[in-house]
Amino acid sequence: MNEPLHLWLIPVLPFIGFVLNGLLGRRLPKAVVSAIALLAPLGSFLVVLFASRAALAHTEGYGTWITAGSFNVDITFVLDQLSLVMLLVITGVGFLIHIYSVGYMHSDEGYWRYFAYLNLFLFFMTTLVLAGNALVMFVGWEGVGLASYLLIGFWFQKKSAADAGKKAFIVNRIGDFGFLIGLFLLIATFGTLSFSDLAARVAANPTMSGGVLTVIALCLFIGATGKSAQLPLYVWLPDAMEGPTPVSALIHAATMVTAGVYMVARTHFIFDRSPLALSVVAIIGAATALFAATIGLVQTDIKRVLAYSTVSQLGYMFLGCGVAAYSAAIFHLITHAFFKALLFLAAGSVIHAMGGEQDMRKMGGLRAKTPITFWTMTAAVFAISGFPFLSAFFSKDAILAATFASGSLGKLLWFVGLVTAGLTAFYMFRLWYLTFFGETRSHDAHPHESPWPMLGPLVILAILSIGGGWIGASRFGAFLSPILGTSTEEMSGSLEYIMMALAVAAGAVGWFIAHRMYHQRSAAAQLAAPAPAGYNLLQNKYYVDEFYGLTIVKPLIAVSKYFLEWVVDIAILGGLAWALGALAVFFGAILQRWQSGNIRSYAAWLALGAAVLLYFVLAPHVFGAPSLHLGMAGH
Amino acid sequence: MHIVSHEVPLVWYLILSAVLFCLGIVGFLIKRNLITVFMSIELMLNAVNLSFVTFAHQWHEVKGQIFVFFVMMVAAAEAAVGLAIIIAVFRARSTLAVDRIDLMKL
Repeated sequence: MNEPLHLWLIPVLPFIGFVLNGLLGRRLPKAVVSAIALLAPLGSFLVVLFASRAALAHTEGYGTWITAGSFNVDITFVLDQLSLVMLLVITGVGFLIHIYSVGYMHSDEGYWRYFAYLNLFLFFMTTLVLAGNALVMFVGWEGVGLASYLLIGFWFQKKSAADAGKKAFIVNRIGDFGFLIGLFLLIATFGTLSFSDLAARVAANPTMSGGVLTVIALCLFIGATGKSAQLPLYVWLPDAMEGPTPVSALIHAATMVTAGVYMVARTHFIFDRSPLALSVVAIIGAATALFAATIGLVQTDIKRVLAYSTVSQLGYMFLGCGVAAYSAAIFHLITHAFFKALLFLAAGSVIHAMGGEQDMRKMGGLRAKTPITFWTMTAAVFAISGFPFLSAFFSKDAILAATFASGSLGKLLWFVGLVTAGLTAFYMFRLWYLTFFGETRSHDAHPHESPWPMLGPLVILAILSIGGGWIGASRFGAFLSPILGTSTEEMSGSLEYIMMALAVAAGAVGWFIAHRMYHQRSAAAQLAAPAPAGYNLLQNKYYVDEFYGLTIVKPLIAVSKYFLEWVVDIAILGGLAWALGALAVFFGAILQRWQSGNIRSYAAWLALGAAVLLYFVLAPHVFGAPSLHLGMAGH
Repeated sequence: MHIVSHEVPLVWYLILSAVLFCLGIVGFLIKRNLITVFMSIELMLNAVNLSFVTFAHQWHEVKGQIFVFFVMMVAAAEAAVGLAIIIAVFRARSTLAVDRIDLMKL
């Protein structure tokens, strides 16, 4: 229909980077490794920019993957408004984080390995986003899980990092199971996995709602909860902070964890038909937002605060999806990618300045020593707190407004979202004060500003965090409307302003409390005094990990050990193998007597065998009807 | 009673062949000396040759004769190889008693 855009270049360029650095990186000088690693995402970004001028939506097919009867899966990439904005964020922010990584990882001996993994991640992530059907998306989906595993466990010599990688992989596997079941149900119900065909078939059955669609939607959502760290599968994301900080910024804040939101938006025509599934999505989203924000209040590790903040913000996005405000959710996804990547990178810069220290209780007073980090971090903190006219102000407001407008359940969820906004402001300003204000609480650290490869991306992301929201939710929604449909009805002007004011006020209250507690009086344990039990509960993250350990992991290990290993493996399978072996030995001992080595006995057996054979050949002739008439032949 | 044919009846040849073959088998089984065992094999082969020739004559078929040539040829080759092995065994073991040539025993 129009000229080819070579969409395949977008994933393939990072893949080439992965192959080159992965195979040869060990022998290449660092400058070459960096050049390969940086050119790959830059090239992808330029291809995306070039492609964005074309008429959307643009589909490119690269042949058939599976054909089974009437069921058919093609390898297709689709560039539409939704995948375009996602690709711009992934390759754009990805490129910035690659630049940052050059500075951050410069002295790591696994430099080449790091960039190979990072490029591999981009390959799978762009595949996931470009996928024209759910199976290709699933390939990307699993692939980013692999890249995430490799990068969380990048410092695998550290046991906690290796464990965190495994945890992320296994927890994601649970979610992927739901995703797979959803795919099977899609095939069984519609006989296709192509998103455009699915949308057409759902649209062709206007009466179809609930029932199997609810089950499909919930299965897909289970997949989303795994990848996007929602209740109850969020537990892997905080542990994923064991990875290098730029990885946390790229994979565990800006891009991969938003794949679940993207998937829900991509399949929104299914969710739209199931009010129950939408309610579940909204409730899980709101609950996760509040739940993670409360844990974030008391964390002392700077990266863990940001991790719980990410979980919480992802909850916002699902809240937006749950009230069918998909464009608002994607809008928040974009702004979140900017300010959360910035927060992580700035935190990385702080950690770099502190010589690897991540505990905020030992930081403080970094404002003067790391001015650029301070100012960029400030932009991000104000942005995420919903400060007026910064990016999250617009996107969070769009989600909250849509939530408020969606019925009586929406009012409750809106209130949860509002409280979460206050909590968000509190923990972000707590981080801000603990890190940059007051006196330095560590004596053996000599804070210094980071090099420019790290600061440059910070500055660019700060500009995006400040200005990223100015495009406006309504204009953004209009841009996405060909894919996501027109958003819900407009709210009356005055109500919208009241809600904006309330959201800003919630943020201001959070700021005020943080200011009182952590700036005016610099004792970090203030909150613990009035409610030590509650503080402990939060400090221990609601004991969720312990709860899972007790109810799932331990029984699983017990079953594996006592039943699967001892009974099934050792007793049944081992016993069976032993019995077969014993049988062979037994008969072998009997048959061994035949092998006397005596030639004459062999010959006797041979003669006996020949005689028996002869008997069976001749018996029918001798004793049966036709005889040989040996003596009478010829006469 | 007239003798219908002056030829020796077919069945006599076959009986002779069977007797020779059984002698060969018995010799193979009971003799200890490797050379005697070897000769017993030749006896069996020739018993078979006899029955081949008999049937070829009876049915005016040349195929049986041709088989005999094949058997003789193989027997000659076998004799060459077999005698060589026997000489080698005798050199190595200084005996030709088959009971004592049992190195392949487990």
